[in-house]
Amino acid sequence: MTETLGSLGLVLNEPLLWEKGRKGRCGFSLPRRDVPVHELDTDLTGSTPDIPDLSEVDVVRHYTRLSTWNFGVDTGMYPLGSCTMKYNPKTNERQAGLPGFAKAHPLLPPALAQGTLALMYDLERYLAEITGMDAVSLQPAAGAHGELAGMLVIFAYHKNKGSRRSKIIIPDTAHGTNPASAALCGYKPVPVSSNEQGILSAAAIAAVMDEETAGIMVTNPNTLGLFEENIREIARIVHDKGGLVYCDGANMNAVMGIVDMHEIGIDVLHLNLHKTFSTPHGGGGPGSGPVCVTRALAPYLPVPRVVKTDGQYVLSEDFPESIGKLHTFHGHFGVMVKAYSYILALGAAGLKEVSQLAVLNANYVKASLRDTFHLAYDRPCMHECVFTDKHQVPHNVTTLDMAKRLMDYGFHPPTIYFPLVVSGAIMVEPTETESKENIDQFIEAMKKIAAEATETPDRLHEAPQRCKVRRLDETTAARKPCLAG
Amino acid sequence: MRYTPHTPEDITAMLEKVGAGSLGDLFSTIPESCCCRLGLDLPEAMTEWELNEHMDGLAGKTAVSPEYKVFMGAGSYEHLMPASASYLLSRSEFVTSYTPYQPEMSQGTLQAIYEYQTLASRLMGVDVATASHYDGATALAESLLMAVRVTRRKKVAVSALTHPLQRQVVRTYFDPTDYEVIELPYLENGQTDLEGIRGREDLAAVALQSPNFFGCIENVAAAGRTIHDTGALFIVSFTEAVAYGLLKPPGSQDADIVCGEGQSLGLSRSFGGPGLGMLGSRKKYMRNLPGRLIGKTTDMEGKNGFVLTLATREQHIRREKATSNICTNNSLCALTAAVYMASLGGTGFRELAQLNHDKAEYLKNGLSGAGLILPFETPTFNEFVVRLPEGSEKTYQRMMERKIIAGLPLAPYYKELTDHYLLCATEVRTKEDMDELVREVTS
Repeated sequence: MTETLGSLGLVLNEPLLWEKGRKGRCGFSLPRRDVPVHELDTDLTGSTPDIPDLSEVDVVRHYTRLSTWNFGVDTGMYPLGSCTMKYNPKTNERQAGLPGFAKAHPLLPPALAQGTLALMYDLERYLAEITGMDAVSLQPAAGAHGELAGMLVIFAYHKNKGSRRSKIIIPDTAHGTNPASAALCGYKPVPVSSNEQGILSAAAIAAVMDEETAGIMVTNPNTLGLFEENIREIARIVHDKGGLVYCDGANMNAVMGIVDMHEIGIDVLHLNLHKTFSTPHGGGGPGSGPVCVTRALAPYLPVPRVVKTDGQYVLSEDFPESIGKLHTFHGHFGVMVKAYSYILALGAAGLKEVSQLAVLNANYVKASLRDTFHLAYDRPCMHECVFTDKHQVPHNVTTLDMAKRLMDYGFHPPTIYFPLVVSGAIMVEPTETESKENIDQFIEAMKKIAAEATETPDRLHEAPQRCKVRRLDETTAARKPCLAG
Repeated sequence: MRYTPHTPEDITAMLEKVGAGSLGDLFSTIPESCCCRLGLDLPEAMTEWELNEHMDGLAGKTAVSPEYKVFMGAGSYEHLMPASASYLLSRSEFVTSYTPYQPEMSQGTLQAIYEYQTLASRLMGVDVATASHYDGATALAESLLMAVRVTRRKKVAVSALTHPLQRQVVRTYFDPTDYEVIELPYLENGQTDLEGIRGREDLAAVALQSPNFFGCIENVAAAGRTIHDTGALFIVSFTEAVAYGLLKPPGSQDADIVCGEGQSLGLSRSFGGPGLGMLGSRKKYMRNLPGRLIGKTTDMEGKNGFVLTLATREQHIRREKATSNICTNNSLCALTAAVYMASLGGTGFRELAQLNHDKAEYLKNGLSGAGLILPFETPTFNEFVVRLPEGSEKTYQRMMERKIIAGLPLAPYYKELTDHYLLCATEVRTKEDMDELVREVTS
């Protein structure tokens, strides 16, 4: 048998922090005291916080050992569909760490914050150019926060026209955040099904769109990795009834420099800087979810906005129709610096190449595995492709079993059981930063797993065997929650 | 291009496998009417070295320490961070992983965040804490919405001494709903006036910030009694988490929900973000909490492990009926807070908090000794309000030219407080810095 990436290694155990603590240790060099002690009223003071005392070495070993139980993009291929786990360039970390950015107080007088404001101003312009939209706010802190911003903009637009619409159209392939964000604005989601080709038909939208409906939330390319080919016609139908078209831009990585979102009828779009623009996911954030809009909707964007007057950047609150503020300060500036660096490192041609190669990699995976796994929709895909476990289920092997087995081969599993419309979905998004060799290894591992499914299915049921822990009991975790030690 | 590994030969071979003649052919499903980009108008791609120079230039145009002495807190605080902590937080296994949906490959993040939840709940004095939110403002807005869900009442009251920008965020979240936000005025001593809520029976929650925006420590225990008499949930928020190294945790004083900004716990200010939204509550409200939670469990061999749990509250399962729309949170920021707290330990945390308190007291004494008015008599933590003589803008401007930022002018946020400034002194401010400020402000 040829060697696989996944192998055995020495994995050290490490107790919980408080099991290591010994009173009197400290891993922090406390600054010199140059002022007298001033006792605070004992009615106000509590006891010493119940945090374990550890030395610096204890802390370093603890987190270093924990880190080795994790798998990141720097460890290996992480083809998690819809999450765009591309390589996170290291120069971006350097830039975000520059003292002029990292130490900047958010309420500095604008004259003393020209560098940070210039960066935000230019990043807004670049994102507008990349999407084709007219105006951008960087304030939303993550994708779902960007969705909320977009929904609030749509809500404010209708309110300003004197109407309060009650519904919003959301396809069955949408991310769960879409209906949850819409619900925060009081909109009742109207589900629509995609057609046999995995995309929305104009007729399906025409059947539900009315003057009580605020608009539609589409994801384009959608979560099946397919381009919504009827988008222009759908946008026309929605616009004709006075509605607006919201696009979840989570999958923008497929179409940079290729599709102009404004031109195809989108009114509001959010981006995930932590997907398309290479900022690290950090084990679940911080992200950043800029919201991009048409000129007509620009007055509703969150405040303050960065404005340039006489060559100086200032923060303006002077937008009376604005939805208000969504973040205490300006959003995740530290993440914006990384996205800005990425755009400058690649330029226009580089960004287009990113999209082309992301789509090439996904289609290559699809073409290479189409005879092994059932394809949910056998059509040319964009940046991701969706297989199912239909061929393996007769052998009593499910998507979950195959995902867990993939860990033993040294790969992070794809997104599984999403989108919900595909039974046993396996959603693969290799991203453009994986080489042909890496993808070939992944394909080989997937083929071996398919063979194991018929020959030695128990090996899959028992997987993973090479991780720090075996399959975990999630049912008991939810039934008898233990959320703190 | 350095971030993509494809050679021309790779591309040819892969296109052949796919059955496409060119990279452009891959986009054949996009109707021609949608393919309208002719090339983006962006700056020419930079080499790594050109980028460094460009970024150094931009970063050089911001007033930061040590060149500037920034006596401004107001929700964003300057604290020291040990090199060991920054070093650990650059471990790419933590930085470049996703939300831990596959627990067997994510035990590092999962145990670390479980530990964060534990330390955060101890610091706040609550039974359970979530895995993180975006910032203090969104944590407060979500706490108020949570109280509406729990009590089924439609009005919430928020102290006027809650951070003004956080109150704006709360208004944004509440604006499209049928719920109403009432603002509670403040007393002459710098604490919240709760008289207006007595006898009310329609409030879902009353939220106080302590230490409040003026740095004043609220009488949390007494407020809790008044608030609970109305049947409302008692929410305590904070912007300076270091205060709880010294002060009684709000949860121990009967707060039902505690939330706040955790930037102080080892995160750089980064022009305001990313920060850390902290949120916790009594155990009985656990299933109403918004956001991610990590729980302890065992694997099929009985070994301890950790998983994301109580997902049935969340958007990917419950969709429009979820307790929040949050998905990506601020996990790496929570990890930062955990590493920071572990480095300090309880003993170190206490000492650091005491030092923060003492520095600000020293500055306060210096200013009042020089004849300036400290309008609010309530004890403060590491920031406080001072009133400068009339025409203070000129003094503020003059000090700025001497590279001292003399706090935050309060007039834009509280119209009645012209010439009032919110000053902050953490452990980074030396006696000399503070003496200089006093000299300059009174010269």
